[in-house]
Amino acid sequence: MAQLTYRESVSLAIAQAMRKDPKVFFIGEDVGAAGGVFKATVGLLEEFGKDRVMDAPISEQAILGAAMGAAMTGLRPIAEIMFSDFLAVCWDIVANQIAKTRYMSDGQITIPLVIRTANGGGSKFGAQHSQSLENWSMMIPGLKVVAPSSPADVLGLMNTAVNDPDPVIFYEHKSLYASKQELDNTDLSIPFGQANILHEGSDITIIGLALMAQRSKKAAEILKEKHDINAKVLDLRTLVPLDLQTIKKSINETGFAMTVEENPRLCGWGAEISSLITEHCFSNLKGPVTRITTPHVPLPSADILEDNTIPSVDLIVNEVIKKIKGE
Amino acid sequence: MVDISNDDIGEINRLKLWEMMLKLRLVEKKAYDLFLQNLIKGTSHLALGQEAIAGAFGVALQEGDYTFCTYRGHAHTLARGSSIEGVLGELMGRQCGLMKGKGGSMHLTDVDKGVMGSYAIIGAHLTIANGTALASKYNKTKEVSVCFFGDGTTNIGAFHEALNMAKIWDLPIVFVCENNLYMEYTAISDVTAVEHPAADRASAYSLEKIIVDGNDADEMFRTAQAAIQKAREGNGPSLIEAKTYRHSGHSRADPGKYRPDEEVKDWLENKDPITNYRKRLLDYNIDEKVISDIENKIKQEVEEATEISKSSPIPDTKEIFTDVWADGGYEWHN
Repeated sequence: MAQLTYRESVSLAIAQAMRKDPKVFFIGEDVGAAGGVFKATVGLLEEFGKDRVMDAPISEQAILGAAMGAAMTGLRPIAEIMFSDFLAVCWDIVANQIAKTRYMSDGQITIPLVIRTANGGGSKFGAQHSQSLENWSMMIPGLKVVAPSSPADVLGLMNTAVNDPDPVIFYEHKSLYASKQELDNTDLSIPFGQANILHEGSDITIIGLALMAQRSKKAAEILKEKHDINAKVLDLRTLVPLDLQTIKKSINETGFAMTVEENPRLCGWGAEISSLITEHCFSNLKGPVTRITTPHVPLPSADILEDNTIPSVDLIVNEVIKKIKGE
Repeated sequence: MVDISNDDIGEINRLKLWEMMLKLRLVEKKAYDLFLQNLIKGTSHLALGQEAIAGAFGVALQEGDYTFCTYRGHAHTLARGSSIEGVLGELMGRQCGLMKGKGGSMHLTDVDKGVMGSYAIIGAHLTIANGTALASKYNKTKEVSVCFFGDGTTNIGAFHEALNMAKIWDLPIVFVCENNLYMEYTAISDVTAVEHPAADRASAYSLEKIIVDGNDADEMFRTAQAAIQKAREGNGPSLIEAKTYRHSGHSRADPGKYRPDEEVKDWLENKDPITNYRKRLLDYNIDEKVISDIENKIKQEVEEATEISKSSPIPDTKEIFTDVWADGGYEWHN
């Protein structure tokens, strides 16, 4: 039994992948000698050396381009984009090149590539270092989208990501890096497209991702203890592929659905989930699907402003009570 | 007159260059005809007049080497040995096309021939070509990656990121700027801070300044060979600026009227790489019949491939739903 942080599980997941497969290498800014700005890649350079752990210049396009080209030859690169916000400076490589080249080449080219990136708020970094951007990649055909909420999920999903033949964007949540979990075994494998039930309940289904899944779980515990409401919490873990079957099954049982997203309102992933629920579970719904998101604003920096922008445990609790009690 | 006593290229390579350039020229002309017949839809960017560059690299490269080109990439694809019907078929949206109509003119790809794609967003493929070069270094294998691009690319960020990365890691790659004097409709000199858009940037990345007459197939071949050899021997990247001129406009929609008539006339009449190379072959005492036999052979190949393409079926609409993912499909939920 070992206690691992989410942060430690990132470096362990990469190390385990590199030990198993010499085709795996790791590239990013400040990832080697510095061990990453979030210290999530400490020890990799020492174990694997400069040929496999590459400190790159601040050149996000060149980093992802090199990773893509290497993947086209059969190598399995893991590339780090330090903050997910920086995906905007290399979005051509992600959205036009990495995502579309398999299709445009009629399957001649395969790109087994993992882009891992620190995502989400909670650090008071302001609007350009705090965004939750899963939905940016979700809307582009050809990208798989992963967002783990626990150390075990980091290990299991990274293992699957590295072995997946398609490009994967792996969103690590900054506010979860310090979270801990007891693990018997670290050599885990979690299939994509398999939601995790974080809390059992029959009154409502709350659907979350990453930090919002963990906050939904805490909300469900409070709802059970103090309000006698039994909420089922689904952690989607991957947006693409999406575990629609588990969502459908749960909504058909509970009749109430709520999504909890960290991104601004418009075109957040919850909109797609809400649409699917309406399409597939309409006759079993007891009310409209509720979407909790951040307001449609850039994230502010000051403690009180950021804390009141990102959905909190209290907000989820209150929204569920309103919904169940019909207020 | 040329000095034929000390010929470093030799008749065999000269005839290969001749055949290669002719093929690129005649296929591009055919593509233009097929456009006028409305058998090719969409857009197309012809490399008429620039054949010596792709042609020289096509002859100089080995099997297994990787090439990356732009949306103006019909010639560069053919230069690696891709079939004419594969290229014309793709332009015509037929099943015999290299990607069965899923990519089109701007994305020609033929991995079996080392054609690692044609890229239609300026600059991106310089960074991607670094990746195949990085893989060769990582695997300790000897392939060379070659990346072709236009003069307009030298002003986009990816160009600079890619050159820096190639140099710091000494990647086995050759960057080839085809400077045809116009980025699209605007003269490159009007929008660039240096005279030679690629070569004058070389020193910023500790690279040698290399400028070559891109319409002289022999000079191109020598330059290509030297850069390829340097990369293959593990001595790092090169940046070549090849001066050239496109005979037609930027794309199908462009008659190229922004270029002075005298300038166009000079390049077409005095600097055409194919007309001039024919003269050179004669200067090197190559039999005119050998030269014209090759011409006739290529003409026939192009006609045959055109007929194959025309008679090839259109793709099944089921193709829309294939190859988003490596499992062959496009599903995104269970």
